[in-house]
Amino acid sequence: MHRFANPTQFMRIANAIYPWAAGLSAILFLVGLPVALVTSPPDYQQGETVRIFYIHVSSAWMMMVVYSAMAGGSAAFLIWRHPMANLVAKASAPMGASFAALTLLTGMLWGQPMWGTFWVWDARLTSTLILFFLYLGYLALGDAFEDSERGDKAAAILALVGSVNLPIIHFSVEWWNTLHQPSIIKMTGFTVDGSILLPLFLMLGAFTSYYVAVLVLRLRSELLAAKIRNARMSQVAVNQAAQPAE
Amino acid sequence: MTRKKRRIYFVMLGLLGLGVGTALVLTAFQDNIVFFFSPTEVATRQLAPEQRIRIGGLIEAGSVVKNGEDISFAVTDMNATLKVQYRGLLPDLFREGQGVIAEGSMGPGGVFVAREVLAKHDENYMPREVADALKKSGRWNEGEGKAGGMPTTDLKPTSTAPASPNTPNP
Repeated sequence: MHRFANPTQFMRIANAIYPWAAGLSAILFLVGLPVALVTSPPDYQQGETVRIFYIHVSSAWMMMVVYSAMAGGSAAFLIWRHPMANLVAKASAPMGASFAALTLLTGMLWGQPMWGTFWVWDARLTSTLILFFLYLGYLALGDAFEDSERGDKAAAILALVGSVNLPIIHFSVEWWNTLHQPSIIKMTGFTVDGSILLPLFLMLGAFTSYYVAVLVLRLRSELLAAKIRNARMSQVAVNQAAQPAE
Repeated sequence: MTRKKRRIYFVMLGLLGLGVGTALVLTAFQDNIVFFFSPTEVATRQLAPEQRIRIGGLIEAGSVVKNGEDISFAVTDMNATLKVQYRGLLPDLFREGQGVIAEGSMGPGGVFVAREVLAKHDENYMPREVADALKKSGRWNEGEGKAGGMPTTDLKPTSTAPASPNTPNP
């Protein structure tokens, strides 16, 4: 675990994963999108509208996965002070926020024709909206401090506190009655026919590997930005030292 | 080492406390978080005539009567049934045996007057051929509280319901 605290070690592994993740994502999107949006069968009662499901469920899955990564990274940062863990959390947050926004947007577009409404305040929809706000809050809080280290710490605590929302989102459809339908994953398997499950898995794989690939890119640029900052700071220090003392 | 251990305990205890606190709050607000009441719950609760609530259940087969824009149907949870009156547009998925949620209030004569009707669908997505095959082989369970999008847990009155389950529907 502590080996990965070293940015060089961490990036060696991350860079090795990158081409595989990027390639897998490209292939799965190229195969999965046409299957999900064109060739897969329409649902027996929802017709073609069911195609929103492939994007909606995939982004909802990502919104949960990315938040878990963010909370895990924040915990590692708070406990072991691993700067890489914090960097992973910070690099994930804008992506998680985008996936949450996509989940809400596709959900509304799906809800209008099927349920008859864009939005209701049931437990599943409300807790998902709260997760979106948690992402935004994390991003805002991290930048709200003069001292970036204090901002990082405050944001990490917010990410950890917000993680109580994850089980609430997942189980909301079981704990309370909602307009939203229950999960397609049951103890006994999936409630979805195989011809609809396959495109879903392709899309889930495409979204997940996309996140991994973009995360590596974002980590690279974050580390480069930190290097430039350090170089500038030492430049300033050198200049100040070179000035004759009066 | 001790500082790290202390931080681990701090984070874990913090999350535990937060989790317990959240669970208590959610349990306390159970009544406000549920999106709709089942007909059984409506029957057991003493509702003020003008109190706005949402009710949900399955549309009873053969109960839908359309008269222009005026629609009446019955919502059932396989235990109690509630008659609903509505005037307006219906969602596409409004069909007999399907899940439905109606917002409105109890009117005279124990009829629920709905102001908004939403369709609730289930999580069993499948192509038409598969649905037809299931119907043919008799393994279709729509309208039995299973495939209709109403998990059976919805049908139980919540623990906070008044303890008078045998009160007849007014």
